[in-house]
Amino acid sequence: MQLLHQVKYLIKKEVLLEWRSKYALNGVLLYVVSTVFVCFLSFVSIAPVTWNALFWIIMLFASINAVSKGFLHESKGQQLYIYTIASPLALIISKTVYNVLLMMLLTLIALFFYVMVFDYVPQDLGLYIIATVLGSLSFSTIFTMISAIASKAGNGGMLMAILSFPVIIPVLIVLIKLTKNAIDGLDRSVSLDEIGLLLIINALVAAVTLLLFPYLWRD
Amino acid sequence: MNKIWWKILGSVLVLYTAIAGLLSGVPHLAILNETIRNLYFHVPMWFAMLTLFSISVFYSVKYLLYGKESDDIRAIESVNVGIIFSILGLITGAVWAKFTWGQFWSFDVKQNFTAVAILLYFAYLVLRNAIDEQQKRAKISAIYNIFAFPMMVVLIMVLPRLSDSLHPGNGGNPGFNSYDLDSRMRAVLYPAFIGWSIIGYWIYTIRFRIRTIENKQNS
Repeated sequence: MQLLHQVKYLIKKEVLLEWRSKYALNGVLLYVVSTVFVCFLSFVSIAPVTWNALFWIIMLFASINAVSKGFLHESKGQQLYIYTIASPLALIISKTVYNVLLMMLLTLIALFFYVMVFDYVPQDLGLYIIATVLGSLSFSTIFTMISAIASKAGNGGMLMAILSFPVIIPVLIVLIKLTKNAIDGLDRSVSLDEIGLLLIINALVAAVTLLLFPYLWRD
Repeated sequence: MNKIWWKILGSVLVLYTAIAGLLSGVPHLAILNETIRNLYFHVPMWFAMLTLFSISVFYSVKYLLYGKESDDIRAIESVNVGIIFSILGLITGAVWAKFTWGQFWSFDVKQNFTAVAILLYFAYLVLRNAIDEQQKRAKISAIYNIFAFPMMVVLIMVLPRLSDSLHPGNGGNPGFNSYDLDSRMRAVLYPAFIGWSIIGYWIYTIRFRIRTIENKQNS
């Protein structure tokens, strides 16, 4: 009960802080919109396979920027203060949940804009949206933990990229495969394997994160 | 005798597999022909690598629980030796691929994913170098090591099963059983697994002792 209460409070704090500055939301939105626009200007017309790959590359960098902010931009004093008032489990759960919500919002807006600019709609839009939701879920769970590790190591952005890329590549490949199925409009039963695998990876990452974060958090 | 029996066992097994692997009879399969013998030298490398990485994770967990410095050294040294074995596995695979598939690197799923898995462990080494303070380095790298291990397992055991590989016995369903493995080959392959794992473990114990002495001299 205590944990749930803390999680709720911390999520509220994150949302409030974000709402005051609107830094992540506006910054990443602007990033996504301008990248999509640059891509459109340089490609104009595009093959569906490239369209798909491009979308995930844009989302990959957008989510690194959005999610890594959570731990990397927090000052030492801020972290110490939270350490004294909340349990590490509550902290990591709240950060992850907040990042998942933020990323889902961002990805859906980005997808809408991307579809609009390129004027191309995947054959199975429903499955594509499911895939993007799953993708934002995996991106945020993985990047939240890695950004916590990188921020503790004290060498921010550079380390973040090195540590997270090998971990995110398998997820990205499964995602691209899944969305490729959606683009081709294959029967949904074909994609169940990929959806299951993504859910398993997420469960795995979440379990490992919950086990390890308390060790990471205490100095 | 008590202490060296396993070293003798390992050496005898590796010697036996090297000789028997080149001389014993093998089934004659199309395309593979005599190159099938590479199975005895290529697959055991991955087995030894997995053994060493598992040892590393074991000691990383132990370090997080008890905080002994020697556990940290054990974790890093087994990763070091494991990386050597993974590179050997890539090389033995690539040389074989040159003669059966026509290219050293054929962008086969297994080749790509193992390359990514090795990147994961290179990232671990970079993370270690990025942190100066000994205890902090030990703790954070132990956390990353435990985090990376399930991802490595997904990369080399799960993902290749989702798509077709050029590897013998593949096309949806890899593994030893689907492979056309007769009892003559089993008699060489299984000892090779054990032998190379023991040799890897032996190298790791030597590296561990060297590192411990170095640390004593420095402090």
